[in-house]
Amino acid sequence: MTTAKRGVVPSVLTDPHADPYTQPFWNAALQGRVTAEECTQCGLRLIPAGPRCFRCQNSEFRTIELPGTGKIYSFIVVRHPLLPSLKEVVPYVSAVVDLDQTQGAGARMVVNVIDCNPETVAIGDAVRIVFDRVSDTYAVPRAVPVK
Amino acid sequence: MACDTILAALEEAGLSVRDLDGFAIYSNSCNPAQVAETLGVPEVRFAATLTAGGGGSAGALGLAAAAIVSGMSEVCVTLMTLQQIRRRLGRSSSENGGVPPVPVSAYGSGGVPANTAFHINSGVIAPGHNFAMLARRHMHLYGTTREHFAEVAISQRENAIKRPTSLQREPLTLDEYINGRMISDPLCIYDYTMESDGAIAVITTSAERARGLRQRPILIMASTHGGAGRWGQALFNFQMPDDYFASSGHRPVAQRLYAMAGIEPRDVDVALLYDHFSPMVIMQLEDYGFCPIGEGGRFVADGNIRYGSGSIPVNTHGGNLSEAYIIGMTHVREAVEQLRGCAVNQVKDAEVALVTGGPATLPVSAAILRRGW
Repeated sequence: MTTAKRGVVPSVLTDPHADPYTQPFWNAALQGRVTAEECTQCGLRLIPAGPRCFRCQNSEFRTIELPGTGKIYSFIVVRHPLLPSLKEVVPYVSAVVDLDQTQGAGARMVVNVIDCNPETVAIGDAVRIVFDRVSDTYAVPRAVPVK
Repeated sequence: MACDTILAALEEAGLSVRDLDGFAIYSNSCNPAQVAETLGVPEVRFAATLTAGGGGSAGALGLAAAAIVSGMSEVCVTLMTLQQIRRRLGRSSSENGGVPPVPVSAYGSGGVPANTAFHINSGVIAPGHNFAMLARRHMHLYGTTREHFAEVAISQRENAIKRPTSLQREPLTLDEYINGRMISDPLCIYDYTMESDGAIAVITTSAERARGLRQRPILIMASTHGGAGRWGQALFNFQMPDDYFASSGHRPVAQRLYAMAGIEPRDVDVALLYDHFSPMVIMQLEDYGFCPIGEGGRFVADGNIRYGSGSIPVNTHGGNLSEAYIIGMTHVREAVEQLRGCAVNQVKDAEVALVTGGPATLPVSAAILRRGW
């Protein structure tokens, strides 16, 4: 692992442990793209994807491209390092992001927001999902503010 | 510790191991096979746990009642025992470098669940982080403030101070709270429960059988558990709908509880609300109908939860925040003491008590207890 950077939570996984439902997301992630699985029956969009649509119980999905932008729905500023490895990292910002072109709930992403000021970040701030490739199979999603 | 506690509870009730035939637990608090074998229980006729974690504390009383009413058990114990020698609860998902423990099931496929990679590198790796996320949204939507959270922490500290066995007995001022060390902003150190060791056992039997026993019986008027399906694993995935994102997840459980008991919030004399984090008390006050949704912060700021002067005294024992943290069971014990009339901060003529179990992953739970004859 490289040296710790303030505000950037180091990845604890090197593999996404994908199943057939989530593999398309991670394939796209390696190319820097955000995708969701869309229910072919009712149009609900899922991240992470699973075996069934929770709105209509359909089991057929298609992979769709998202712009990868969204808004901060809620966030925290972690100031106390829970692990020794986080001593140089705190304070860091973690957020729940509502992605554009989704219904929100069911397709939210929970990410570390980097390159932002922890003292001024706010709910509603526009962000973009970026990926930090940590292995040949896994790229960690994070968010950066959209200026 | 489990055995000592069960024996003490049976003794207090005027019963013995020979009478015990059921285990209605939550969060896999003990292994009934081991306890029954150790204590020499003649015959176990009921052994069941609610799923998930601390959310089941008050609901386990309902499980016990179900066993009694159905005739499967005559005398049922509900137990929580907590010894954190090797493993601390609050660090549960951070100990292994942030990767949550892989669920152990003989029947699943094993390995790291596929949804883990979607949230684990976010830095949200401990319970305080999860609940802070809900608290922030509540502040944003409703104008709830840190001063409101402070009132929960301070009022409960005031209650704990009078209890000799409380772990926190120093007064807490608003100034100290506001300047308290920020852990998971917006939560500071005083918004967090403590971690402690201890055990509490509750004995449930039929009202008929209770008539002849040593203590004034406390009646279970209602107990419900569950929650909206999409609350689910809300605190890890944060995929719950807007309507109840900034909530305790208790709303449907609360509505069924009052209906089952045939009472309304105004009939409750004392509320023992699971308080691992102070904002969750505010959200439960809303979900249990003591004030409108979104008004919880202002409701506590107006002094409504204070012992002695408030409209609904809350956590008169000091709660998880200031007395001790036995995963919700201190709340059950306090309800019993209030209804027996022997609580440290006794609510005058308390007849009906509300007890809740953990804003947490589904199921969350609650019970309404009433003073017996």
